[in-house]
Amino acid sequence: MSDLLVILIPVFPLLAVLLNGLLGHRYSPALAGQIGCGSVGLSFLCSLVVLGEMVSTGTTREVIAYTWIFGGDLNVNLGFLIDPLTTVMLLVVTGVGFLIHVYSVGYMHGEEGYTRFFTYMNLFTVSMLLLVMGNNYLVLFIGWEGVGLCSYLLIGYYFDRISAAKAATKAFVVNRIGDAGFLLAIFLVFVNFKSLDYTIVFSQVDQLSTEMATAIAFCLLIGAIGKSAQIPLYIWLPDAMEGPTPVSALIHAATMVTAGVYMVVRNHVLFDMAPVALITVGWIGGVTALFAATIGLVQNDIKRVLAYSTVSQLGYMFLACGVGAYIAAIFHLVTHAFFKALLFLSAGSVIHAVGGEQDIRKMGGLWSKIPRTHGVFLVGTLAIAGIPPLAGFWSKDEIMAHAFVNGEYGLYLMAAIGALLTAFYMFRLTYLIFYGQSRVDPKVEHHIHESPPMMTVPLIVLAFLAIVGGFLGVPPEHGWIHGFLAGVATPAGAEVHEVSFGLLVGLMGIAILIAVSGWGVAHYLYSARPRAAEDWAARAPGAYGTLLNKYYVDELYDWMFVEPCKRLGRIWDWVDSNIIDRMVRAVGRMVDLGSAGSTWFEKHVIYGAANVIGFGNHLVAWSWRKLQSGMVHHYAAMIVVGLFLLVHFLLIWLTGKSVL
Amino acid sequence: MLEELRFGFPILSVLMFLPLLGALLLWVLKDVDLIKKSALGICVLELGLSALLLLRFVPESAAMQFSERLNWIPGLGISYHLAVDGISILFVGLTAFLTVLIVLYSWDSVRENIKAYFMSLLALETALMGIFVSIDLILFFVFWELMLIPSYFLIKLWGVGPERHYAALKYVLYTLLGSVFMLLGFCLLSLNYFTVTQSYSFDLLELMTVPVPLGQQILIFWMIFLGLAFKAPLFPFHTWLPDVLVQGPIGMSVVLAGVKLATYGFLRFSFPLLPEASTNQTVVAIVMTLALIAIVYGAIIAIIQPDFRRLLVFSSISHLGFVVLGLFALNFQGLQGSLIQMINLGFTTAGLFFLAGFLYDRLGNTLIDRCGGLARRLPVLATFLLIIGLASIGLPGTNGFIGEFLILLGAFQAHWVYGVVAVSGVIFAASYFLWFYERAMFGPLVANLPQTLKDLTQREKIIAVALSVMIFWIGLYPSPFLRMINGSVQEVVDRLDHGAMAWNRSGDETMVTQMVKD
Repeated sequence: MSDLLVILIPVFPLLAVLLNGLLGHRYSPALAGQIGCGSVGLSFLCSLVVLGEMVSTGTTREVIAYTWIFGGDLNVNLGFLIDPLTTVMLLVVTGVGFLIHVYSVGYMHGEEGYTRFFTYMNLFTVSMLLLVMGNNYLVLFIGWEGVGLCSYLLIGYYFDRISAAKAATKAFVVNRIGDAGFLLAIFLVFVNFKSLDYTIVFSQVDQLSTEMATAIAFCLLIGAIGKSAQIPLYIWLPDAMEGPTPVSALIHAATMVTAGVYMVVRNHVLFDMAPVALITVGWIGGVTALFAATIGLVQNDIKRVLAYSTVSQLGYMFLACGVGAYIAAIFHLVTHAFFKALLFLSAGSVIHAVGGEQDIRKMGGLWSKIPRTHGVFLVGTLAIAGIPPLAGFWSKDEIMAHAFVNGEYGLYLMAAIGALLTAFYMFRLTYLIFYGQSRVDPKVEHHIHESPPMMTVPLIVLAFLAIVGGFLGVPPEHGWIHGFLAGVATPAGAEVHEVSFGLLVGLMGIAILIAVSGWGVAHYLYSARPRAAEDWAARAPGAYGTLLNKYYVDELYDWMFVEPCKRLGRIWDWVDSNIIDRMVRAVGRMVDLGSAGSTWFEKHVIYGAANVIGFGNHLVAWSWRKLQSGMVHHYAAMIVVGLFLLVHFLLIWLTGKSVL
Repeated sequence: MLEELRFGFPILSVLMFLPLLGALLLWVLKDVDLIKKSALGICVLELGLSALLLLRFVPESAAMQFSERLNWIPGLGISYHLAVDGISILFVGLTAFLTVLIVLYSWDSVRENIKAYFMSLLALETALMGIFVSIDLILFFVFWELMLIPSYFLIKLWGVGPERHYAALKYVLYTLLGSVFMLLGFCLLSLNYFTVTQSYSFDLLELMTVPVPLGQQILIFWMIFLGLAFKAPLFPFHTWLPDVLVQGPIGMSVVLAGVKLATYGFLRFSFPLLPEASTNQTVVAIVMTLALIAIVYGAIIAIIQPDFRRLLVFSSISHLGFVVLGLFALNFQGLQGSLIQMINLGFTTAGLFFLAGFLYDRLGNTLIDRCGGLARRLPVLATFLLIIGLASIGLPGTNGFIGEFLILLGAFQAHWVYGVVAVSGVIFAASYFLWFYERAMFGPLVANLPQTLKDLTQREKIIAVALSVMIFWIGLYPSPFLRMINGSVQEVVDRLDHGAMAWNRSGDETMVTQMVKD
């Protein structure tokens, strides 16, 4: 594998950004789309070559592009680290990314700002690649904030919409809270290791005290929580659905939001040294998985359900990290990228078919009208719900098994309930969209059409991946992905739990039972007894309302943070102009005493000087008229006089003679 | 004593006086168009000269370069001593760069007394150049005060707000108030030099060879501090800034927000001359506290400002807090970051003032609630506003990140509490800028916009592109800039670490030190 090849991976989309961004207005949008897709496709090909090399030789390598920041004891390169973990991420980012780009060509067809869309998408790809390829924390951080920026730009893509504009700001600011934590982690790393390179840090990590490792791990965790939308910073992700659907698929499901998981796994050596931080990761993940799933139960916007589902699934990945199952976390990251991208894109196809409608109460019975979309959506639902042998079953089961085997029964229980809810809300979604009576607005009804091949082909590829993707990790614990990642994501000093075959099969059986039960309940409520759901909601209006309003967390944060901050700003603003300014002015006024004669000085010295250094007569004449009124300018003259005298006397005092 | 390198011809004198000569040339011209073109020509020539200076500058060196020295008032040890080193070199380039952009900006937006305006601007450039190339303290002070005269007229006569007369005066007064103390401090330094060597000197390099007793150092430190704090301006001496930057002309706002004279003063004078006072724990604690207050205070007030230019003022105060924080972290990353950040602010904060100017020229105000959805009508303006704004809030890949990261890293190393408090400024910065951007550029297009509303003109595009190029250059490949400053930064750090003793490597100066101790 040549170094050039590695560098080319982010360079292709970067070139596309420059081309489309600077010259995009000179050529047709179609060409811009082709450039956008092509560049990611080329990156994908390079990533495949990297994979081939990695599988055959297994060597980790570093490639340094150039020295970025240096001086004193700090030296940061713009460098890349290619190891199995990076390789897996590269394939997800460029592979799934490429499919989503192709889909976007069809989905965004005819939209205003088509070129702008692809420029942002490519910029996102560049940032995401830097994030996963960087060989040090600072390159990771470029990508980290870069993807945040692109997320901002793409959420705000329909910038005329106030809701989109607000969602964009919210996403960026909430992410910045996480970024601040990440920055602190970087500082701690530098203070302890005098380097930001992974290889140096991870090789010297055993010199760290547990307290320091815990501090670093917690700061990293803050960053991860922000980016991966975990409690308490998950609030931006559901709003992020204001962006076009391919954006939701690429950024807010398959890649960017998984960056936190990648970062935790990348730093697992640090987390391994900090058990308190590690188990916090697990509990944050577990609670988020369950919490977000409950909100997902009652939402009526197709993309919002999927958004809460994403938050919940990211929770599973965190849970996996928390119990030391890093490989399972990455495994679930990969399968989730397949089936969640699939779900979002097919949701996009549904929205496309019903003329932009996103409310599932206004859908129903669509299966016969858009059969291909129906098929792939069903595959996605089965995969995420954990129906074997689809992808989600294997990875989710592995996470739950790890939680159980490690003795974290609380986490296991939360994951199990979460899985039940997941199966329920996903089948609820499927039933409401595709089956039963059509509730589609009659005006839209006869326009319903299947999406063009440009959209359905990527869907079919993703559906295929969502079906077979799980076999990367089969048999459990000994699949391909386990062998591939063993060197980079195995927890330090992990004892191998001898798990009996019977237990594993038992846990699998429970997992299947859970998934099928969720399906069954959804079937009962939304297919067998169509009125039952409403009855249930009517019977517990308080609980239903709380879930529907997402536990009022947005309102709570507004009341706790946003409004107090604005109020503080207003108070300080008042203090600034009414107290601080007055105080300084009062001091100034004391100098006012004895300002007689300053007018003379002003007339003869200041304007004289102005004349001398080239201000010209007419300036003086003109300005003189302007200056006639007002007393305040006497201060200036007075101070100049004072200053002059002061210096003069000082010098006389120093030298004993006048020097002027 | 620091090594001095000379150059074939007195390039610094030329750099300094060329704009003033240009101003005189403008005086005799009559034709408005010719005046504008000559002003531009002079500034471009100046920029070319400073580019030559940067190219011929020996990087990774702490030496004083392009040195020129003539006696001025020998009896008092005052000389005409010019030189640049890693601390000042980039400021020279920045001043020349910004002046060209200001001339371009003013082309159509200044309509009254065009000749006098450009003359003032050029005179201002001479004063600024003088400030950055003066090695003699009195010479420095002369330019420091001289700068007030053109500034005063620029604010008073071409200011855009109704309160411009008050603002002009306030600016001059506040700066003067501070500079009195600064001058006293300089004189005390010279007096101390006299007690050691029996002769006066105001030459930075000579003054550095003589130790100052700690008590006196601290007194002098606070005197110089006042001078710099009023000018910078640091919290709580900042209250002239909102008046001046909102009432004054955009060109003046660009200079005041973009050319960080005062924080330069700390690196140039306070640290090398008063290393023990600058590292004194009480001093550091006080200054760091003021810096942290400025960061958070400025940013939170910025959030609720109804006027974009006022928002920029408070963001500027917050950014200055960062700069001071890095300086008084007193370690390599802090100093390096602050120095780079001072330059960065010349592209970002100053750049945002240009953008505010573009908006002002189109809408007649910069009130945020009069904007809304402008990205639809002014997409190019909106794009550049976002690029420069993101650089200003320190997005990685832009110059702002390099500066902010190094400053925060330095502050964190000084004490983790500094780092933790300051990092909150990063979050608030995102809040105030993006909330402004959301209301002004996004959302539905506001009604009652002028029919003639046009996107950026060719000239405005040149300004925006030039700024963006610098933003990405420093952000992605800062190597040339870091190499220019690193040598001098290291020298200052060494001096702070080891006090004045480290500087006096030659034998007789050690003797002098001994004498003082006795």
